[in-house]
Amino acid sequence: MLAVKEIKFSTEALKKVDEIIARYPESRQKSALLPLLHLAQAEFGWCSTEVMDYVASLLNINPIEVYEVASFYTMYHLKPSGKYVLEVCRTGPCCLVGAEKIINILENKLGVKEGEVTPDGLFSFKGVECLAACGYGPVLQIGPEYTFYENLTEESVDELLTQLRNKN
Amino acid sequence: MAQKILLKNINIPGINTFEVYRQHGGYAAVEKALKTMSADDVVEEVKKSGLRGRGGAGFPTGMKWSFLAKPEGVPRYLVCNADESEPGTFKDRYLMTHTPHTLIEGMIVSSFALGANTSYIYVRGEMMPQIRILEKAIAEAKNAGFLGKNILGTGYDLEIYVQPGGGAYICGEETALLESLEGKRGNPRIKPPFPAIAGLYGCPTVVNNVESIAAVSWIVVNGGDEYAKIGIGRSTGTKLISASGNINKPGVYEIELGLSVEEFIYSDEYCGGIANGKRLKAVVAGGSSVPILPANLILKLANGQPRLMSYESLAEGGFATGTMLGSGGFIVMDEDACVVRNTWNFSRFYHHESCGQCSPCREGTGWMEKVLHRIEYGHGKMSDIDLLVDVSKKIEGNTICPLGDAAAWPVASAIRHFRDEFEWHVNNPKAAMDGNYGLANYADPIPVVEEAS
Amino acid sequence: MSEKVKVTIDNIEIEVDPGTTILNAARMIGGDVVPPAMCYYSKLKGSGGKCRTCLVKVSQGSAKDPRPMPKLVASCRTTVMDGMVVQNITSPEVVEARKGVVEFLLINHPLDCPVCDQAGECHLQDLSFEHGKDQSRYEFKRRTFEMVDIGDKIKLHMNRCILCYRCVFTADQITDNRVHGILGRGDASEIGTYISKAIDNDFSGNVIDVCPVGALTDKTFRFKNRVWFTKPVDAHRDCDKCCGKVTLWYKGEEVIRVTGRKDQYGEVDEFICNTCRFDKKKTSDWTIEGPTKVDRHSVISSNHYDEKELLPVIDRKIF
Repeated sequence: MLAVKEIKFSTEALKKVDEIIARYPESRQKSALLPLLHLAQAEFGWCSTEVMDYVASLLNINPIEVYEVASFYTMYHLKPSGKYVLEVCRTGPCCLVGAEKIINILENKLGVKEGEVTPDGLFSFKGVECLAACGYGPVLQIGPEYTFYENLTEESVDELLTQLRNKN
Repeated sequence: MAQKILLKNINIPGINTFEVYRQHGGYAAVEKALKTMSADDVVEEVKKSGLRGRGGAGFPTGMKWSFLAKPEGVPRYLVCNADESEPGTFKDRYLMTHTPHTLIEGMIVSSFALGANTSYIYVRGEMMPQIRILEKAIAEAKNAGFLGKNILGTGYDLEIYVQPGGGAYICGEETALLESLEGKRGNPRIKPPFPAIAGLYGCPTVVNNVESIAAVSWIVVNGGDEYAKIGIGRSTGTKLISASGNINKPGVYEIELGLSVEEFIYSDEYCGGIANGKRLKAVVAGGSSVPILPANLILKLANGQPRLMSYESLAEGGFATGTMLGSGGFIVMDEDACVVRNTWNFSRFYHHESCGQCSPCREGTGWMEKVLHRIEYGHGKMSDIDLLVDVSKKIEGNTICPLGDAAAWPVASAIRHFRDEFEWHVNNPKAAMDGNYGLANYADPIPVVEEAS
Repeated sequence: MSEKVKVTIDNIEIEVDPGTTILNAARMIGGDVVPPAMCYYSKLKGSGGKCRTCLVKVSQGSAKDPRPMPKLVASCRTTVMDGMVVQNITSPEVVEARKGVVEFLLINHPLDCPVCDQAGECHLQDLSFEHGKDQSRYEFKRRTFEMVDIGDKIKLHMNRCILCYRCVFTADQITDNRVHGILGRGDASEIGTYISKAIDNDFSGNVIDVCPVGALTDKTFRFKNRVWFTKPVDAHRDCDKCCGKVTLWYKGEEVIRVTGRKDQYGEVDEFICNTCRFDKKKTSDWTIEGPTKVDRHSVISSNHYDEKELLPVIDRKIF
């Protein structure tokens, strides 16, 4: 069994945590929950129960309050995912210009279904709802920086995948 | 050339930096407001301008501001709604990416007008790059003395923070946004009380769209009366339109309200016509929630007059023949687009984005999606069409927040105007899977109706 | 100083204190004009507004501003104004909307009343009988959830839940540490603890009493008896944790269930502790006050079918 890595932010991240909490009035530190979950996800890869409990302890709230929130919003991964999660917009305007084709292409090229992780652990993809980039469709984004890739074509998707593979 | 207010300097290199923005007259509104005007003066100018909420509802901004309660000793908040997620709308992303200081300047002036000392910009979480851009812009403005304590020596203090969302369309609804900002699930609140009385942390709060706030700076510098001169009737000023779909030049355009729809679609200054030499079939004019209109009705009113890009003209004819300006998400469909598929797609969106708090929306949106899916994939029944209309009616108006209406309208309007296409899907499942219904008679001239006696 | 305000509901006038909601004003009148309420619970702050069964039409906002309200409003969360005119069952629009809401609440409900312990005292049963259509138009697979174990005292049956949020408010407001909540979003929302965790503290059992349906039931009573074959008796004991005032539900000589005392709207008079609810099941633990007053029309009041009265003939196709 893998040794359980201790869930704790780096000193630098903890400084950021304090900075975020200071944005809100006293006793309203729960407001920091969404930003902290983003921070935690960037640091630990996904929102495991341990990560969420840790965030709860930082904010001095009940763990269930974190679970409720993390499961409500779509950006928090409650399961481990690929290193790169390709989130393709699947809503109307993007579909008018071929988003569904791009999703099919990704499925074929990666050889996994939506939500699954490629065997090398690098990729997973999912259809997401409108990313507010309808004029540049089809689009996809990759966390945790949420870099945007616009006007996708089969070629540009190919290129992107190669590029990401080469980084590793 | 039409007047530009928000995007006037958009092509100037470096306009995203404080320095260049300032060189081109930026932050003049802050100087003018803080040094020469009272808070009430600013509110008065915004009232005079006739500026209407650019997030979709079109409620007069000045009036919204004047409703803000001002009890002694209680902080007031301005929250900027940058949770842009209405399908078809991407103007706020564009504005924040390319000219973030326009928003920051507007935030300072608006916060001053409302007496807020802490303001938040709630940006949808997916826009992390824009969040970084805004945070940088805030730091620059603070460095230059336009934010923080005692701004420009006037004694006015203000901090602006950027808050990321977590991925939920519903947080574009103002009370859901406030819940989310408090670190909770994005469940819209039951109103009353309205945010103007009890909003963020129970304190009086104004929530405004990015574009509305950005417009305030120009209004302060040039005066509300000047702003009101632009546009047509009660649709004053300019509006950012996000154009997408099957057009030659998708993108964000700033128009003077009152421009004709035909010019907007076909002129080279704007959309540049339908892509690939195809013909226009339908338009969703104000973001996915507003009623879809066939080509003939979007270009002309029922009386044959041209339809204009304004709150009133787009709504002309009510739900029978009209639509809404909404958030300005202008989605164009060509003759190859399938209205049934698009309606199903939108329906899936609303099903996915329903918060699940109230029963009609939680249960109804999923039901509509399933029925539409069945029709689209060749298993529909003729009775499904009326069922959809009835379910949409049972949702509309009966929910806590407008998401219910937003889910109901696209379905109801698609069936209202494109019923023959739905019927064709039911009667020809095989053909519907392989091909599509085409333009049919949706672009035919509409018979001019007689004046109702 | 507070002067009474006058409100008219279905043509019946009543004077109430300012700040009263339409629903509570209607409850003061009583009878048919009372809108049904599945999520509102007067003892839980912030409850209400969600289920939409109590929608009414406000045909006149107030004496000062007689304009009607543009949409139907949730009567549980709308306060009355002086001169307000409200239509409940006299408005066809309201009746129609309510039918819609009932249909929505039922499309994903398992309708497993024959094996549900709540049957007989289920508000959803009453609601669908009184306000629903006789037939559903829903033709898809019903939503199901995996069983979640929340301890040895309380049974969670998520498939039956209508997401009224009452149990969440209860845990928030009368217990120290809430461990359950609403997870997920939209129609995939569910009550849960996320990680399997027992909901266990001195007052946790009250979530059973506030649940309007069979989503949260008493595990110690599970499958023991149909409620209409049990005899409710009011009783009390000295309890250092709660008021100690309860209803004992007898099967013969045996106490098979203890609940809080409920009023005609199904709301408990006072919340009770888990010791009283789960651990005191002997008659000798209690001082008996007498039979619980039960509405004559309730199925619970008739432990047998009256042979002189003919059974109602239901000739409609039910589902």
